[in-house]
Amino acid sequence: MNANGITAAVGEPRPRVEGRLKVTGSAAYVADVPMPDLAHGWMVTATVSRGRIRDIDATDALAMPGVLGVLDHRNARRLNPDAAHHFGPDRGLPMLQDDAVPYAGRPIALVVARTPEQARAAASALRVTYDAEPHDTEFSMNHPAARPASTLFGPEADTGDLEAELAVSTVVVDEVYRTPEENHSAMEPHVATAWWEDGHLYALDSNQGPFSISQVMAMLFFIDRDRVHIRAEHVGGGFGAKTICGAQIILAAMAAEHFRRPVRVALTRRQVFLAIGSRPPTEQRVRIGAGADGRLRAVHHHAAFALSPLAEYIEWCTEQARTLYAAPAIRTELSAVPLDRLPPCTMRGPGATPGSFAFESAVDEVAERLRIDPLRLRLLNQPAASPVSGRPWSTRRLITCLEEGARRFGWAQRDPRPRLRREGNLLVGTGVAAAAFVAGVFPASATIAAETDGTFSVRVGASDIGTGARTALIAVAADALGVSTERIRLHIGDSDLGPNPGAGGSRGTTSCAFAVTEAAKALREKLDDPARPVTVTVDTTPLINWRPAEERNTYSAVFAEVTVDPATGEVRVRRLLGMFAVGRVINPLLARSQLIGGMIGGLSMALHEESVRDPITGRLVTADFAGYHISAHADVPNVEADFVADYEPQDPSGFNGLGEIGNAGVAAAIANAVWHATGTRHRTLPISLGRVVETAAPRDRQEAISAV
Amino acid sequence: MTDDTRSDISLRVNDATYQLAVDNRRTLLDALRDDLSLTGTKKGCDHGQCGACTVLLDGDRVVSCLTLAVVADGADVTTIEGLAGGGELRPIQEAFIRLDGFQCGFCTPGQICSAVGMLAEHAAGWPSAVTRDDSPERTPELSEEEVRERMSGNLCRCGAYPSIVRAILETSVREAVSK
Ligand code: FES
Ligand code: FES
Repeated sequence: MNANGITAAVGEPRPRVEGRLKVTGSAAYVADVPMPDLAHGWMVTATVSRGRIRDIDATDALAMPGVLGVLDHRNARRLNPDAAHHFGPDRGLPMLQDDAVPYAGRPIALVVARTPEQARAAASALRVTYDAEPHDTEFSMNHPAARPASTLFGPEADTGDLEAELAVSTVVVDEVYRTPEENHSAMEPHVATAWWEDGHLYALDSNQGPFSISQVMAMLFFIDRDRVHIRAEHVGGGFGAKTICGAQIILAAMAAEHFRRPVRVALTRRQVFLAIGSRPPTEQRVRIGAGADGRLRAVHHHAAFALSPLAEYIEWCTEQARTLYAAPAIRTELSAVPLDRLPPCTMRGPGATPGSFAFESAVDEVAERLRIDPLRLRLLNQPAASPVSGRPWSTRRLITCLEEGARRFGWAQRDPRPRLRREGNLLVGTGVAAAAFVAGVFPASATIAAETDGTFSVRVGASDIGTGARTALIAVAADALGVSTERIRLHIGDSDLGPNPGAGGSRGTTSCAFAVTEAAKALREKLDDPARPVTVTVDTTPLINWRPAEERNTYSAVFAEVTVDPATGEVRVRRLLGMFAVGRVINPLLARSQLIGGMIGGLSMALHEESVRDPITGRLVTADFAGYHISAHADVPNVEADFVADYEPQDPSGFNGLGEIGNAGVAAAIANAVWHATGTRHRTLPISLGRVVETAAPRDRQEAISAV
Repeated sequence: MTDDTRSDISLRVNDATYQLAVDNRRTLLDALRDDLSLTGTKKGCDHGQCGACTVLLDGDRVVSCLTLAVVADGADVTTIEGLAGGGELRPIQEAFIRLDGFQCGFCTPGQICSAVGMLAEHAAGWPSAVTRDDSPERTPELSEEEVRERMSGNLCRCGAYPSIVRAILETSVREAVSK
């Protein structure tokens, strides 16, 4: 322990504690856990975007070998229509309750059989007929159904006299940016195994927060939360898609009760695309006015996103506009457009990621029109305190991120004029973007027991979906107890371990670390008494300051270099560098991996990802990895991520979360680099081959073609 | 028992022989996971599009979700469970841990099996789409670009690609040195 009371574990690059299990195939994910007497449920989804089920004829299916039965709205048990989650009541949660079809992909039946093959074959023998109704799935911010979005996250910004400031600005950028529906595509498809015993529901479920899922399941099935026991030891990625109580666990629990035996529902990849919420499409108008001196005068960010009338949801795209730069007038607006589409679900860097693409592209356009270096423009407009609330920052090392990143990237050598650098047939360009992501903690509880053998059992309902939470929390516990990590026995991934927010909102590990630290503090006061075991439990709910005097965020500066082939339209990212200010880093090896992974998610979003819905049927036509491209090895250069020294004063240990700041900013940095390479602004994602070829200057195309 | 819907097959997996009566529709992936309880091999898509189910079939890497179990009758299969013989990790497995070549770990068994198969293909002189000099006499140099190209059938949504590539290159260099 050093003079500041900090022991060695936190801050050290330690490999994952479950590493050996994961490289030998012995880490047990939900679908790997054997279960005696298991039956298999095959989900059937609606093929129309709106309407009523006329009939489900199961005669043939029921006669097939191994089939135990079919659950649909005519025989399924009643579920609580008022079940809710963090955005409020969600009418999508009660499944198989009536004949209404609110979107294509809605689960409408479950075929249960002894083997998965039998269930699948019988599901394809079901004859479903519909009374289809006209649907509306076409999103646009000017849609007549557009309405103000929920203000659950706080009111939108409106400071200063926007129109007056715009009127006196030397340049005004006024552009519209679009991002498509996007899919999380965690490599492990959603799966659950459920069974009932003495009025208690047990489930293994691939999710990001067993405790919060247990709350929703208890509500849905009208039972006490103490009677719901959900575990998720290893989870194959989530990225937000497993924060929700998914169709797999709801249907598995219904079927297990109905057929009185354990039932597993494993979604196919296609079903994950069709029935598990995705990031909604956005359309965003950004207006920025600036003086000739490069000072921003007016910032207006109006973002719209699609949702379903079944449930409230917020894609908070306007965060950057109120945080990144100073301006005398700032207005943000958020609109929601209810459509007959799959209800959305938070996806990595919710709001901030599509929002920063629009906002940081627009900021770049201001620099372009003022002929100011885009890095300089960003540095010139740094606010001393929050430009909207006036509150100071708890810590803000964004300038250091920008300056240090620029130094490492070699930004000073960049010629700001577009379409100048060529290497053979390729156009080369570089771009930068900044990003912020709101930080904080949610309530959590932790229990620590000093055992008779000198070890400490730490119980906290955290989820490790690949974040490294398990490894990080062992280090936090060891330091807080002042012992070596070998003496920590950590238990996570279980709803019986106490209230926990799960892995989401960039707050999973920080929230749990807070609870573990406080529990360790309380336990150390009891250790003088030699009696063992001795146990303490701490819930951080009363310890959290919900109205801190300072604004708390994480920050990043992202630098990208791209090449563009004007003949094929192919954009390739050659370099990607991110500098991050994320508080004190618990484990630099794993934190760097998480940030690099986020940056690759941003690269994938910039260039590849697009869920396409057929306007005639409203159905998703890209429901597999052949149609929905995510970055593969060959798309990804040697991405670099590093941290600037930082410490979060609002956290007892100086931590901030970093689950989402890696994604935000990357798409804008790449889009800005594509502009620098080609001279063309891409305001619609992804910047796919077709879009680049269509917009390539005729001269580029002519030259490229004659060079072949 | 062989009838219209089932077949008797023999599989040699990780040096053990198994006799199985499988549903003709059963994939090698499901046979490994459900009949042999070898759940280390993962199902990410069941469509041959993600590589999570990669195993070695008679030494070659295949996606086991697109391989019917009956087709593998008599074949020699190596899965992730069979790589660490006698509990000792292979250098590639150690490199994955040390360099943090994974996050959630779900793609990892497929990445590692694929890497083992890929390194053997490379050692046998197979060119890839990015190999410039593909004359049969020359083994192409295993650059980052070569590894990325050859590993592109294995998706990783956590984005562990850079450290996976590093782990593979480091292992290949070590193997070359120790030869
Ligand atoms: S599960 Fe076989 S390739 Fe995806
Ligand atoms: S480690 Fe999660 S998908 Fe590769």
